[in-house]
Amino acid sequence: MSFAFYIAGAVAIISTLLAVTRINAVHALLYLLVSLLSVALIFLFLGAPFVAAFEVIIYGGAIMVLFAFVVMMLGLGRKAMAQERGWLTLRVWLGPALLSAVLIIELFYVVYSGPFPAIRVVPTTPQDVAVRLFGPYLLGVELVSVVLLLGLVGAFHLAYQLGKKERAAHKRGMHP
Amino acid sequence: MLRLLWLIPAIPCASFLLLALFGKRLPRGAVAAMGTGSIGLSMIASFLVAAAFIFERPGGLPFAQPLWTWLAVDGFAPVFGFYLDGLSVVMILVVSLVAFLIHLYSIGFMAGDEGYSRFFAYMNLFVGSMLILVLSDNLLALYLGWEGVGLCSYLLIGFWYREPENARAAMKAFLVTRVGDTAFAIGLFMLFTGLGTLQIQEIAQKAPMVWAPGSLFAAVAAALLLGGAVGKSAQIPLQTWLPDAMAGPTPVSALIHAATMVTAGVYLIARMNVLFMLAPQVRLILALVGTITLLTAGASALAQKDIKRVLAYSTMSQVGYMFLALGVGAWSAAIFHFMTHACFKALLFLSAGVVIQALDNEHDIFRMGGLRKALPWAFWTFLIGAASLSALPFVTAGFYSKDLILLGAWASPEGGHVLWAAGLAGAALTSLYAFRVVFVVFFGRQKAPISHTPGPSMKIPLALLSVLSIGAGLLEMPKALGNWTLLADLTHGALPAAGSAITGATTEGMLLAAGAVVPLLGLLAAGLLYLSGGASAAVQRIPGMSIVHRFWYSGWGFDWLYNAVFVAPFTWAARIDRGDGIDAFYEGTARIVKSARTLLVVTQSGKVRWYVMGVTIGAIVFILIAVLG
Amino acid sequence: MSFAIPFEHAMMLAGILFFIGLAGVLVRRDSIFILLSLEVMLNAAGFALVVAGAQWHQADGQIMFLFILAVAASEVSIGLALVLWLYHWHKTIDIDKASSMRG
Repeated sequence: MSFAFYIAGAVAIISTLLAVTRINAVHALLYLLVSLLSVALIFLFLGAPFVAAFEVIIYGGAIMVLFAFVVMMLGLGRKAMAQERGWLTLRVWLGPALLSAVLIIELFYVVYSGPFPAIRVVPTTPQDVAVRLFGPYLLGVELVSVVLLLGLVGAFHLAYQLGKKERAAHKRGMHP
Repeated sequence: MLRLLWLIPAIPCASFLLLALFGKRLPRGAVAAMGTGSIGLSMIASFLVAAAFIFERPGGLPFAQPLWTWLAVDGFAPVFGFYLDGLSVVMILVVSLVAFLIHLYSIGFMAGDEGYSRFFAYMNLFVGSMLILVLSDNLLALYLGWEGVGLCSYLLIGFWYREPENARAAMKAFLVTRVGDTAFAIGLFMLFTGLGTLQIQEIAQKAPMVWAPGSLFAAVAAALLLGGAVGKSAQIPLQTWLPDAMAGPTPVSALIHAATMVTAGVYLIARMNVLFMLAPQVRLILALVGTITLLTAGASALAQKDIKRVLAYSTMSQVGYMFLALGVGAWSAAIFHFMTHACFKALLFLSAGVVIQALDNEHDIFRMGGLRKALPWAFWTFLIGAASLSALPFVTAGFYSKDLILLGAWASPEGGHVLWAAGLAGAALTSLYAFRVVFVVFFGRQKAPISHTPGPSMKIPLALLSVLSIGAGLLEMPKALGNWTLLADLTHGALPAAGSAITGATTEGMLLAAGAVVPLLGLLAAGLLYLSGGASAAVQRIPGMSIVHRFWYSGWGFDWLYNAVFVAPFTWAARIDRGDGIDAFYEGTARIVKSARTLLVVTQSGKVRWYVMGVTIGAIVFILIAVLG
Repeated sequence: MSFAIPFEHAMMLAGILFFIGLAGVLVRRDSIFILLSLEVMLNAAGFALVVAGAQWHQADGQIMFLFILAVAASEVSIGLALVLWLYHWHKTIDIDKASSMRG
């Protein structure tokens, strides 16, 4: 059954590669979505159903949707796409690809340096996760809620400033 | 009551601190109240202490108030404390009273200035330092006050620092007095080496025991102290800074460069009279310096056209009189003249300030004229001041004090008659230049409209100083006229009696008459020359007169001389030395840093992806190190 | 289902995904794509943590992934707001245009 893991892994790698190299933003988003779904599948294979669900719901369902909203709001048309095509030449990819390759080799070296026992997959139920969350990691949960609050307030403040001109125009009776 | 002594310098110093720290944030009224009130409180304390001293201390017993040991190093433990005797009483009374009146005047005079709180802060620091100077018991603390007043003089001359001329004048004052201060410091070292103490009273006791009269050591020490006094009091050869110091505001000129700081040298010599009594050669030099200065400065004053410069040279000349008195041993006469001079010179400066302000900062007397009707307060007060300065007989305080000096000069064993004649000639010059200004400024045709008349804060000090300029003479009248010796009695504990041959009553009477007539002659000459239709234009056309005029105008060429001998070679040498090793080291360092910057700035491209690349490469390197190491 | 997955393979997968994201950050000039690649990197990092948690049979790995997820969410929201500001100012989402802190 472990071959399912390898298939999902391959799908993840290919779709991520495609996502990073697309010119059209929406295409990239969709490929990334596929990548996330495959990663969620891998989580299931690793016996982590809880985070698998979260991966799909939050990463795929919230963050990617947020990206989609912004892409649609910016409405970058053909001109932007042509610009992207101009920027993404092979020469541009060469350096970073080299750096990443070097890093992957290093990672390879590190990971294979010690004998690690294979993962004997034992499903970790949501109950286990919950027990740990509300036990030792309670403080972490509270802090994370603060971070989310920060994100909320920050995004709100920034967007508020953006909309000031429109609100002023609206007030003067001119419909935007 | 005598224990209030320490408050007298402390209150102005505290006020200085408050004004320096918070003055900018306070409203103008508060600044004026604090600045003037502190001096007022100090003045009241001075009066109380003086009264206690005069009426409660039997026989004028001095009162010492040691405060704390300044430092204690291997046998050198100067004690910071205050000492009150007859001399100190006179000094604190005069300083605090005149300072108070000038502060009062400044409230009106400096009203529109943006540096109002800075002005009062510096003035308070000055008064505090001056009071420390005159009250301190220890030469080291006196030097502290000495330096303090020098600093305030620099700060206040350059008060309007945005004009480079004023800054240059302040530097000049500071540097020239520094020469004197260095001599003073070396003198202090010698005193300590010779006597092992710097407490003034201990010096007074030990010096006659350790040094015989006429000893070389004592003479050198006294001469060095004299050097310090010469610098501070603007006598020849360190007098070049005083005329340029008139760049400061008029109250500054009145307080610092007329009534108080320039007399610090006189006080020093008077205080250290025991030392000077042991060095008769130095006393002769002292008298000569005074005489030469009083004549040359008087001549220079005659050629000036800036009203404040006339008064500056006049101050130089009058302090010359004080030095002459000290040199011939008429100690209390010198202090008496200091007292009257403080009153009438401050009066002259303050009323000149009224004129200057009324004509929108015009200083040239030949552009003024006929202000008698337009500025009555200025006219009458300036007239009283000029009369007292000229020592017009009987009605002015200046007459009595100058006369006492001339008597003392006549009675001096070493060339006394020459000195007396020189003093008399100086009196003629004084009267001539003083009334020259009076006639040119206040008589004749009015040449410029006035824009300002003085307010009450300026009128009250003028009135009070006028009264003092007339009445202060009553403290000490010569034998022929009543023999009042209030001042001499007060200071007899501190100053030795005039050790001169007793002159007969007729001699004294003749000297008095001469001293009365000569100023009147000067007044007459001034009237002939300078009242409208006067003969001054004809005198100017005498051949050779213009050269003399230019020579006297430039202060007898001292500026040119010092420039050629000291300043020019120094700047030449500095210019030549510009590229030497030390400069190269510093410039080289700067250049290296600059080129390093040009190299490194490439890494700051401002682009996010560039920085991420930097992080990535760093990660690679570190992992390599961690993995391989 | 009880089977064994080699630890090294799972870690390598996480690493490869991470470095693909890194390459994306370095190459792309469009702010949105940069943020996208950042999300890829965050996802891969969390993935590595879950793998480790599975190795040790502890729920802690999943909890750490949860925290990373929350941080990524808030970071994305603020980041996208900033992208909107960038567009508002420079009328482009080219990140090289926001380089006035040079020198």
